[in-house]
Amino acid sequence: MNSGMKQEVVGINSSNNTLLRVEGLKKYFPVHRGFLQRVAGWIKAVDGVDLDIEQGSTLGLVGESGCGKSTVGRSILKLIEPDEGKIMYGGRDISGLSRHEMKPLRSEMQIIFQDPFGSLNPRMTIGASIDEGLRTRGVRHRAKRTKRVEELLEMVGMATGAADRYPHEFSGGQRQRIGIARALSVEPSLIVCDEPISALDVSIQAQIINLLNELQAQLGLSYLFISHDLNVVGYLSDAVAVMYLGQIMEYAPAQELYEKPLHPYTLALLSAAPRPEPDDRGKWTTLPGDVPSPFNPPPGCKFQGRCPVVEDRCREAEISFYEATEGHKVRCWKF
Amino acid sequence: MDGVNCEVAQGQTVCLVGESGCGKTVSALTILGLIPQPPGDVVGGRVLFEGQNLLDMTENEMQQVRGNRIAIVFQEPMTSLNPVFTIGDQIAEAIIVHENVSPVETRARCVHLLTDVGIAAPEERLKDYPHQLSGGQRQRVMIAMALACHPELVIADEPTTALDVTVQAQILNLFAALQKKRGMSLLYITHDLSVVARIADRIYVMYAGIIVEQAGARDIFHHPYHPYTQGLLASLPASDNRGKKLHSIRGQVPDPAYKPSGCPFHPRCDFAVASCHDTLPEMCDDGKGHLSRCPVLHELRHETGGGRDQFIQ
Repeated sequence: MNSGMKQEVVGINSSNNTLLRVEGLKKYFPVHRGFLQRVAGWIKAVDGVDLDIEQGSTLGLVGESGCGKSTVGRSILKLIEPDEGKIMYGGRDISGLSRHEMKPLRSEMQIIFQDPFGSLNPRMTIGASIDEGLRTRGVRHRAKRTKRVEELLEMVGMATGAADRYPHEFSGGQRQRIGIARALSVEPSLIVCDEPISALDVSIQAQIINLLNELQAQLGLSYLFISHDLNVVGYLSDAVAVMYLGQIMEYAPAQELYEKPLHPYTLALLSAAPRPEPDDRGKWTTLPGDVPSPFNPPPGCKFQGRCPVVEDRCREAEISFYEATEGHKVRCWKF
Repeated sequence: MDGVNCEVAQGQTVCLVGESGCGKTVSALTILGLIPQPPGDVVGGRVLFEGQNLLDMTENEMQQVRGNRIAIVFQEPMTSLNPVFTIGDQIAEAIIVHENVSPVETRARCVHLLTDVGIAAPEERLKDYPHQLSGGQRQRVMIAMALACHPELVIADEPTTALDVTVQAQILNLFAALQKKRGMSLLYITHDLSVVARIADRIYVMYAGIIVEQAGARDIFHHPYHPYTQGLLASLPASDNRGKKLHSIRGQVPDPAYKPSGCPFHPRCDFAVASCHDTLPEMCDDGKGHLSRCPVLHELRHETGGGRDQFIQ
């Protein structure tokens, strides 16, 4: 990517409120083949992603499986070491920090996963799991910690008796609440939510969504909300980024994206996942083909293979991120 | 599952909706006599297929129906396909089991089936093993196998849940096209209300092993009668209700082993009265084919002269 194009990409929304800014994030995974396990190619999981999250706001990151949305989330927390790009947290570049230097920042950024059972130690009581977070934060006084554990559990809508019980005693929705309580124990400013409600029943999803919204209003949290569900993302987010094969295809304020989508992929996604309304039948278009593998993708636009309005020039050069209207960016020639 | 009544008319798409553990899949397996006994036991009821009771049939008779006249498509094609046989072998098996046809004809039919379900270069794909196909293609193969003997009824149990939304849209289109072409009926089991809204003619809403509401698709979505259905629909997030608090049904989905007495929904219901705690409510008919297992709201509707029924919010 030449520097001129890079200029366009940087600074999606330059305001002073920016809590997290990601610039040109890349993460490639090598693919080994053959007897000598030579590197046969690269999976470009994340290929030049730029994001901005403002203080107290929610950025939704949507895309189909394998588009690299989880890799972005994990790279931001440096759970995966990115290959290229800058991660600015509160104005400070954290991409070059060592594990040791990252440690004080760990309590600033937390993550909640799709399956909270996998992230809770089955042999520790809920109270002990949450307590661990408080201890790393340096709360020495035991009585204070016990009180705080109870406060946190209450904050996420759990009965106080829950502290003495084990993860297996809880249902999926309750475990997700516990996962949130544990993330909150270190008083973070940013929470990366990686498909936190996908595994839950519909009636339980609404409870967790409301909880996330309440906590945001109460504590001024910022979320990076990663999901494949456009309805949930549209409901929760202030701004939405649509990802396809490692790149952001479109970025806009949520309402704008849903009312005036520009990129053909966004259009297809929105039409494939309609509102639950029987009168909307017949209004949808279908994309041909499967999501291609991110292994050695073709040059040019990543979406070319499935795009209904593809042209020759789409197959030639990488397409930059254009600002179609104020604050609405799209990776397509047409705008 | 407890006293489920469900009807699928010819050529119709009927959706069975419910959350996990509500008995949707068990209903499907019972229809085909696939519930292992023990531990399961079908203690009563009838499954009538073109007037014959499937539950009275012997295993041999059942073999003639299963796969041949009623077929099933499961959620996870990777676990339903045998990894050590080619796609061609597996589709051929479905044909050979039920019909006496020559190998040449079998092969021709396999190719034809794969073409029907929208797989490109079908001759090549017949030689592939399941792991060589993508999730969407595997599901198409499963559908091809289900269609192998021209069934009159296809039961699809969450067939698109594991797929991406754009691929899901393709599979739903495929079902619709096949139904049109072959006039078959579809019993579609899912938890996803936006899929239901898209395909259903008639909807059955299940909760904790019972059907709580049944009606035509538009009636369910526009005028839900049962508090559970109402709650479920009001709890759906969408981009156009941003900023508003979502309605949420309080409490948890009950464990199938410890179902609440009476109406299983009463611990989570805002309209529950004393009788809901100990007697299972009857299905109340509004006279227009819209049935709901909630006498409380049924009476309320009567008193308010059948006025609109959104009591929540």
